[in-house]
Amino acid sequence: MSVQDKVIEIIADQLGVTVAEVTPDKTFDELGADSLAVVELVMAFEDEFDVEVEESQASELKTVKAAIDFLNGLTS
Amino acid sequence: MKKVVVTGVGIVSPLGIGKEANWDGVTSGRSGIAPISLFEPDENLITKFAGVIPGFDASQWLSKPEARRYDRFLHVALAAGLEAVEDSGLTIDDSNAKRVATILGVGLGGMPFLEDTIGARIATRKLRRVSPFFIPGLIANMAPGLLSIYTGARGESWTATSACASANHAIGASLRALRSGACDVALTGGAEAVVCHTTIAGFNAMKALSTRNDDPSTASRPFDMDRDGFVLGEGAAVLVLETEEHAQARGATVYAEVAGFGATADAHHITAPRPDGDGAVQAMAMALADGGLANEQVGYINAHGTSTPANDRMETAAIRALFGDHAKQLAVSSTKSMTGHLLGAAAAVEAVFSVMALQQGILPPTINQFTSDPECDLDYIPHVARQAEVEVVLSNSLGFGGTNAAVAFRSAR
Repeated sequence: MSVQDKVIEIIADQLGVTVAEVTPDKTFDELGADSLAVVELVMAFEDEFDVEVEESQASELKTVKAAIDFLNGLTS
Repeated sequence: MKKVVVTGVGIVSPLGIGKEANWDGVTSGRSGIAPISLFEPDENLITKFAGVIPGFDASQWLSKPEARRYDRFLHVALAAGLEAVEDSGLTIDDSNAKRVATILGVGLGGMPFLEDTIGARIATRKLRRVSPFFIPGLIANMAPGLLSIYTGARGESWTATSACASANHAIGASLRALRSGACDVALTGGAEAVVCHTTIAGFNAMKALSTRNDDPSTASRPFDMDRDGFVLGEGAAVLVLETEEHAQARGATVYAEVAGFGATADAHHITAPRPDGDGAVQAMAMALADGGLANEQVGYINAHGTSTPANDRMETAAIRALFGDHAKQLAVSSTKSMTGHLLGAAAAVEAVFSVMALQQGILPPTINQFTSDPECDLDYIPHVARQAEVEVVLSNSLGFGGTNAAVAFRSAR
């Protein structure tokens, strides 16, 4: 599975939405995630891709596309 | 003094999900105790059976992400709470929300969450991978907290913690709040779901649990000669309490009256009760006095009856000491023989059974009565439920630390 597909799958599972709803343009806020849920989401990315995301970097991840691009960068 | 009544109940326990399943189970003498199915017990765990809610599926009340964020005791609290509100027919909206309180009893709270996180993160020092929901998902007061969020109730919201007496203290506090005019409705009761390695290991270490692994369904045998400790159970029950005038104004159906509350401390030992049971005696007496009731009006006592050698002997002595001759006329039973001991939720499920006993005119039995103990010589309604219309029911709950709480319910007939 590509990084993009995996990220979308994790977001869908963590936020309780369908994969189809997780489009790159969506913000996590629009997908129903409050601030605690976003922290948890970033932790799920960290667990899945075995990476560490700095606090400052995490706060920049506001959209699905931002998360995909960031994790693609970290894992390539 | 304002009269307070019960207008709705909700309950999930080892006897099943919902009021019907539970009343059916408790009046037919069914046991909810079996080998543990919630997880694979480690071979080093001494007691490998418990009372677990059959087929409980949190997704009926919570989305998957939400269910994951909250410890199991919160799932069951919500299930029972939402059933109770629906059962009462009460609509909570802007016109009354601030007059609806949520006061629940919780003994241990989010132990499973604690156990999981300590094992996976704390012990391995992955301290920065602890979930942001870890704290809110395990604290005891998140039970009334979630219930207030889901129902919109905006009156006072908090938890009473007094071990096995928790839910009776919550009911007592709700009674006082309603009488004082602080609220018109209180969603009260208790929730507990700590069937996990940590809890069982802890209770086994103090030799409090039955170890009857070869015959789990007979292990909880309050007052029986061969009782060897309590059986852990999980579940929740919520009762909708209202002032009588509020209930009458909206044409609500009344289960029973919450007539009185009494609470005391033994000042004796952290786990063993006073052998003379005087703390329990005073709590029962106080509850009756608070309700302006005479001893002779009591027809049934839902005992604390944990199936430990110490409690059952002491509680029998306490009932005899308080009621004297009238003790011979009393029917006493322990529904823990069927549900197991739900700790912080025990008094709540027992309150539901008490008010239904009054409403339905059926007294639940004590099952697993095989050999009588000369020190336990009351009428424990052995084996089979009994048809009887009684006027007053006393429900006792006694907790570690020597805390005693009794609630007196009165028939609405």
